[in-house]
Amino acid sequence: MTDTTAVDHGRLDMTGIRQDFPILSRRLSGDKPLVYLDSANTSQKPQAVLDAVDQHYRLHNANVARAMHQLGAEATAAFEEARDVVAGFIGAPSRDEVVFTKNASEALNLVARSVGDSGRLAPGDNVVITEMEHHSNIVPWQLLGNRNNAELRWFGITEDGRLDLSNIDELIDERTRVVSLTWVSNTLGTINPVREVIAKAHAVGALVVIDAAQAVPQMPVDVGSLGADFVAFTGHKMLGPTGIGVLWGRYDLLAELPPFLGGGEMIETVTMEGATFAKPPHRFEAGTPPIAQAVGLGAAVRYLQDVGMAAIASHEQEITAYGLARLQEIEGLTIVGPTTAVDRGGAVSFTLDSVHPHDIAQVLDSVGIAIRAGHHCAKPVHKRFGVQSSARASFYLYTTTAEVDALADGLRYVQKYFGV
Amino acid sequence: MNLDSLYQEIILDHYKRPHGAGLREPFRAEVHHVNPTCGDEITLRVDVEGDRVRDVSYAAEGCSISQASASVLNDLVVGKSVEDGFALLDEFTELMQGRGTVEPNEDHLEDAVAFAGVAQFPARVKCALLSWMAFKDAVAQSVAQEAP
Repeated sequence: MTDTTAVDHGRLDMTGIRQDFPILSRRLSGDKPLVYLDSANTSQKPQAVLDAVDQHYRLHNANVARAMHQLGAEATAAFEEARDVVAGFIGAPSRDEVVFTKNASEALNLVARSVGDSGRLAPGDNVVITEMEHHSNIVPWQLLGNRNNAELRWFGITEDGRLDLSNIDELIDERTRVVSLTWVSNTLGTINPVREVIAKAHAVGALVVIDAAQAVPQMPVDVGSLGADFVAFTGHKMLGPTGIGVLWGRYDLLAELPPFLGGGEMIETVTMEGATFAKPPHRFEAGTPPIAQAVGLGAAVRYLQDVGMAAIASHEQEITAYGLARLQEIEGLTIVGPTTAVDRGGAVSFTLDSVHPHDIAQVLDSVGIAIRAGHHCAKPVHKRFGVQSSARASFYLYTTTAEVDALADGLRYVQKYFGV
Repeated sequence: MNLDSLYQEIILDHYKRPHGAGLREPFRAEVHHVNPTCGDEITLRVDVEGDRVRDVSYAAEGCSISQASASVLNDLVVGKSVEDGFALLDEFTELMQGRGTVEPNEDHLEDAVAFAGVAQFPARVKCALLSWMAFKDAVAQSVAQEAP
């Protein structure tokens, strides 16, 4: 892939990029070319990632940090090198701040459990989240609230799909211990002003957790300058394999927190009476980790770096603006979320009058277009906008304007099919 | 996969003009069922008198398949005995889970034979079964209440 100028896609060479993803040339039932518009759900994988995983299993497979042989040394080096690559990618001040988990959900659960067990929350303290969170950034805090007798509070959402910060001074108070929010909404697409929230939370001494599952894949992220205490994201939404997620945390905090899961690798020493624990990041990586998946994630990061995150972000911006414009030409279509591409990521949820989202997705699938339909693991945000579910098209670096056109045509076919 | 085998005219007709929709009195049991993967919901009431299903009333929110299925359920089981209703439930469930290999009996299933095509779309089978599972649950609760 090269970084040459294309006419309608900013700085991305769309032809070259699309050739890097074998699945994008697949044809589906009825010999329809695949139009993949479900990248916020999971992204497709470039050849470089497939090769890295394949080569790892073919040549270097062994368990890490415990096998006293050449393959063990190679596998350990590859796994730890992936940590270096990820640390560099997100601007982590130290590689030891990068904890590998199985996904973003586990990363968020790790923080909620370990912070809860650390004694930082007294009964009556509170945790603040938002109404636009994915279930994985709601349920762990509900569980924490139940365990620690803490109150759960949340920011609402404005009519145009933005975070409602009007009551920030009441919500975040001197009893607030944690503020956890999404950077980019997986349903609304909204990019939240996280720095403003971080500043307010830190002013009262609260920890800040950022769910960056939809942010790290599509925009440059520098945790060093962000100011948050923890940042969670997942590999499979950023061209990597499934089964590998990342928790970045400030080292002093990680060093202070008790373990999440117990097992091999996370210990210093164990007797029948008790155990002492390894330093971060290994303290939080019990058991055999997702080794090949980490290697694959490292390859995905290198691919993203080669293309350039700034270029990917500008492509995302352009394709989202184009998508919003094309979709809003369709009569009876309502966008759930901001209707302009300002401070907005590439997930566009919508409803269509008189056609249920499942039926939209089913008919689109019959012409080769893959979107998501349902509540996108974010039921509260749907309830906020008075809909039970929505259809969602989401874009990534390989999405072309021609695919967005196919979606617009497909939606008109849906309306015709159901006689709307 | 043929889209028209999924969206039979009969299904779309039931979707657009559902039979027996709305929640009614009297009723012996009310249940609320949700399909957790997609969020489809149904609140369903049954009025069982002795062995007879006198009414099945419902408020459903969901896709065409789940809505049409509730409408067909109402057509099929209201006025029948509980035993016959459960026999139809079993027959419809078998049809849905048969991956397209089960030949439906039109004499028994009437409009529900139109759902035969749904069996070839595994992701949609749960949509078709949502109201039927709610019916099963509601009748079981109604019977349990009557037990001495």
